[in-house]
Amino acid sequence: MTTMTAQTTQVYSVFIRATPEQVWDAITKPEFTTRYFHGTRIESTFEPGAPYLSLAGDGDETLVDGEVLESDPPRMLKHTWRALYDPETASEPFSRVTWEIEPQEGGVTKLTVVHDQLEAAPKTAESVAGGWSHVLSGLKTLLETGEPLQG
Amino acid sequence: MTDDDLVFRALADPTRRHLLDRLFERDGRTLTELESEVEMTRFGVMKHLRLLEEAGLVVTRREGRQKLHYLNPVPIRLIHDRWIDKYTERQVSALANLKSELEETA
Repeated sequence: MTTMTAQTTQVYSVFIRATPEQVWDAITKPEFTTRYFHGTRIESTFEPGAPYLSLAGDGDETLVDGEVLESDPPRMLKHTWRALYDPETASEPFSRVTWEIEPQEGGVTKLTVVHDQLEAAPKTAESVAGGWSHVLSGLKTLLETGEPLQG
Repeated sequence: MTDDDLVFRALADPTRRHLLDRLFERDGRTLTELESEVEMTRFGVMKHLRLLEEAGLVVTRREGRQKLHYLNPVPIRLIHDRWIDKYTERQVSALANLKSELEETA
């Protein structure tokens, strides 16, 4: 594999045949996230200052923690991000994740995830680099077919 | 053209694959930076970047006065999930794998 320096600003974008409200629900409701986000349950009130937690699907273990920075349903969500599933990423400072939801023509919604402020978190940058594509592919499949991604 | 058609069309050109590889190494680059990576006029590079952008493989964002180009790997992931998995890993659920991997390292 080609060597790669993990990027300090990462941008992921996908077009989904769904409404912005459906995309917002998929991001913010645990009954959706367990089906595409590595099996994790999201837990947050999504109000600025509230904790943003991603919990293991079958337990109370926190895999990602952070704080909601901005919330504008169903258009935008911004929160900090610290991956606790690996001791190396857990010891790094918080990075930042922004979800942008933009309606397009023809019943399609564009979802963009920007994961930035990764300058001081190289292990996290490396860890999430492959993960976001998988998550967004799974989210699109779930919303468009009603079924989680199958291999 | 379907989304997949746009991606395959964009990938069916060595210059565009070269530009993607350069962005894979380091993205968030301006047109001027990318232009220095290929033997081509600015107009030619713009044309290739436009096709990559139409396919969703490149996403641009404004940063102050600059327009930065980012590699967006999601369309390739979608092709992978749609085509590659189907023929090579049909018995394996990618999600289940990732879940058990995460739980092992957690």
